[in-house]
Amino acid sequence: MSIVAVQLGQCGNQIGREVFNTIYGDAHGTHGLCSRKENEAYHDACAERFFSEAQSGVPVARAVLVDMEPKVISQTLSIAARSGHWKYDDRSHFCQKQGSGNNWANGYCIHGPRNKEAIMNLVQKEAEKCDRLSGFFTIMSMAGGTGSGLGAFVTQCLRDAFPTSFILNHVIWPYSTGEVIVQNYNSVLTLSHLYRSSDALLVHENDVIHKICAQLMHIKQISFRDVNQVIAHQLGSVFQPAHTVEADIHYSRNPLGGLMETLVPHPEFKMLGLRNIPQMPENSLAYSTFSWPGLIKHLRQMLIANAKMEEGIDWQVRPPCPGSTVPSSHSTNKLLHFNTSIANLVILRGKDTHSVDLGSFRDPSLYTSWLNPQDAFNAWKTPRAFNKYEKSASLVSNSQFLLKPLDSVVGKAWNMFASKAYVHQYTKFGIEEEDFLDSFTALEQVISSYTNL
Amino acid sequence: MTQSVVVQVGQCGNQVGCRFWDLALREHAAVNKKGIYDEALSSFFRNVDTRRAGDGPDIYKGKICSLKARALLIDMEEGVVNEILQGPLRDVFDSKQLITDVSGSGNNWAVGYKVYGCQYQENIVEKLRKTAEHCDCLQCFFIIHSMGGGTGSGLGTFVLNLLEDEFPEVYRFVTSVYPSGEDDVITSPYNSVLAMKELNEHADCVLPIENESLFDIVNKIHQMTKSGKLGSTVRQNSLLTSSAGTTKTVQEKPFDAMNNIVANLLLNLTSSARFDGSLNMDLNEISMNLVPFPRLHYLVSSLTPLYTLADVNVPSRRLDQMFSDAFSRDHQLIQADPKHSLYLACALLVRGNVQVSDLRRNIERLKPSLHFVSWNQEGWKTSLCSVPPVGHSHSLLALANNTCVKPTFMELKDRFMKLYKKKAHLHHYLQVDGMEQSCFSEAISSLSDLIEEYNELDATKGGLRTDASRLKIAV
Ligand SMILES: Nc1nc2c(ncn2[C@@H]2O[C@H](COP(=O)(O)OP(=O)(O)OP(=O)(O)O)[C@@H](O)[C@H]2O)c(=O)[nH]1
Ligand SMILES: [Mg+2]
Repeated sequence: MSIVAVQLGQCGNQIGREVFNTIYGDAHGTHGLCSRKENEAYHDACAERFFSEAQSGVPVARAVLVDMEPKVISQTLSIAARSGHWKYDDRSHFCQKQGSGNNWANGYCIHGPRNKEAIMNLVQKEAEKCDRLSGFFTIMSMAGGTGSGLGAFVTQCLRDAFPTSFILNHVIWPYSTGEVIVQNYNSVLTLSHLYRSSDALLVHENDVIHKICAQLMHIKQISFRDVNQVIAHQLGSVFQPAHTVEADIHYSRNPLGGLMETLVPHPEFKMLGLRNIPQMPENSLAYSTFSWPGLIKHLRQMLIANAKMEEGIDWQVRPPCPGSTVPSSHSTNKLLHFNTSIANLVILRGKDTHSVDLGSFRDPSLYTSWLNPQDAFNAWKTPRAFNKYEKSASLVSNSQFLLKPLDSVVGKAWNMFASKAYVHQYTKFGIEEEDFLDSFTALEQVISSYTNL
Repeated sequence: MTQSVVVQVGQCGNQVGCRFWDLALREHAAVNKKGIYDEALSSFFRNVDTRRAGDGPDIYKGKICSLKARALLIDMEEGVVNEILQGPLRDVFDSKQLITDVSGSGNNWAVGYKVYGCQYQENIVEKLRKTAEHCDCLQCFFIIHSMGGGTGSGLGTFVLNLLEDEFPEVYRFVTSVYPSGEDDVITSPYNSVLAMKELNEHADCVLPIENESLFDIVNKIHQMTKSGKLGSTVRQNSLLTSSAGTTKTVQEKPFDAMNNIVANLLLNLTSSARFDGSLNMDLNEISMNLVPFPRLHYLVSSLTPLYTLADVNVPSRRLDQMFSDAFSRDHQLIQADPKHSLYLACALLVRGNVQVSDLRRNIERLKPSLHFVSWNQEGWKTSLCSVPPVGHSHSLLALANNTCVKPTFMELKDRFMKLYKKKAHLHHYLQVDGMEQSCFSEAISSLSDLIEEYNELDATKGGLRTDASRLKIAV
């Protein structure tokens, strides 16, 4: 089945291009380390998922590019075309003359309705190119105006036009030290609206990826390109083909459906975080060996201790003892840092994945009590190595991963809202104080739900 | 891509504007090696087929034929504009972009605003419309003027009003040169305060500039280039050379070096909208990010490194120095100390070989030494433009919405009151048709209100920060 990517705003377009690049590079790489048959199946499944065939023979990304200013799109198209390996459809993009000016209301209330038809036509065309459509994968930041505001609007339109397709929104969380001054307002508005129409929000925090670039990839001067490559690697590690059922010889048919089925058992909980190990500079790969038990041990501790990467994990954090709802006093502190899950998905790629023991992820004490632990965990596997990594493990988690960042964004936005600063910029475009309040209420609800797991 | 139109009013406005066009041409010439009219060029220039008679049609694609500035030159004297028309920039303007008179405004805001405003209104509107018609997406007007005289101050703010009426959707950014304490125009406090009321009410953003600051910066650059220890060498192709490029034959005027700084401010302000980058900043993002309340739209700017403002190549010091300097008092374009005042918001517009990690590192490093208003603790806006200033590897423009503008306004108020109490020179104003005493009282109270708004914010500085109590959710 195929996925149509919708790249929105500068961030969405820059990341989207990197994602297709990674996916293409991986599928055509020579480091697959698996049987020829497996490799072919992998390659075919990948092609069906992300690319359509052009007459020229150059694969065409299943993507719609949207921005309100022309510069990023024209750059994105030309860089992709220059790669010579794959390209975007010449007609599958839409831009206007000026951006949304970091104003969510401008994107949502003005650009959205004004350009709805044109954008949805492109989406429709792209969807019709798919024999079987799994759903949509939108890529956007929540700090700007276009990705966030127009992105929220387009997501709503997708929901209306494709009621049975899955919609996964990939959302870039801005640097917490500030890069767009109204980023917390825009984020609150975006998240609350996406929560209504999206099936799930897959989040990457710029702060976290930045740290990975510095500490794991050892990059001195980190550019957005570097950041985006790490994001693309992580996304690729999830969305490239994998076997969803043990011993199945076919690659999963509905990647988005499979993901939602495992990870989103309840519409109140839609915030997904992503972890991936190992990650290191390409030139160190050849000198490193990893064992599955070691990787799994790390990944599990990253989950329960809410570590963002394999370095600096707090190994003291333990799951609460089974049966004891009231923690004993000396362990309270550690328990406070324990990250409770709703559901988790682990994806293993590479050598010997069949023999890996994932029992530690099935431990019921990791999960909230109202869900059957058997339903709360799933694993996908493939012997095909990913992106030059002999072994690679990813975790997609619906857990308290994003509780703190969410609480912080809402808190900052609320402080600003109390002073009424910048509100006039939104009312100018038709977002009233009431709308803000609705969004705050919706997100406080989400925060409270995740807190009380 | 969008377009901007520059409206330069009065002697100061036109002299600064002139420097701007010169540098803008050079910047694009340096970037655009193929001589093809591109989107970046189109933001400030039309490409006109001059072989045809009359007002040749615009050429949107292909070779550069003849570049025309998207500008309106207004002065109520002829001198400066005539000089421009005889100088090296003459081809960039044509007579349809000019509005001049012969007698000047006599350093009287009322003459500029009321008399000439009335007299030239239709003419100005017609020419503005014409300029606007040549744009396919007009985003912003840049007014360049001074506050102390009559034409720039009076007619300049009159044009500001016209723009709001005629083009309500288009942004209005005003670069205002404020008079210094020892200004030779006796009535400059009157003119400035009268103009301030208009800026308060009708501008989206104001970039205040003080000549004293420009003067100090020019001197500093001068010293840097003289002191051999920096090992400076003359840069042939940097943007500020007076010896290279188009102005070769023209004697450098005393104001040129100072005006170049302002011209660079505008170039850097618009660079991210014109050129590619990994984090773009369109002009509409400036007011969105930096103006939390409609009237608090005065942005204090600083440009670093200073040597990008001169035709010298100082060996590159640590990149981080560029960020530190942007917050120091002696790099600000007005006499102000943002570090010891309160930030409402701050934008860092970076050009050249600088990446997001450099931005993050420096923001984290500098943050502890700066005071931000309680509700905007992370009040940063950042942008990365990949095209550096001509002849340099990187540069930074910092825009601060900071209460440090207040002293400039308070001083202006004091000087106004000194005259106003004695009713000195009032009659020159009151004899102008439509000018009432109430214009003065309204203007000064508008300024006082503005100062009060800054006072209230300042009063929150250093106080305990308490978070607003959050919405309660029924569980
Ligand atoms: N990871 C990553 N983040 C980016 C990139 N480009 C922008 N961002 C982030 O996106 C946010 C800014 O939003 P943009 O995507 O630039 O805004 P936009 O959607 O184009 O909207 P407008 O420009 O306001 O019309 C900030 O949080 C940036 O850090 C990128 O290439 N990678
Ligand atoms: Mg943008």
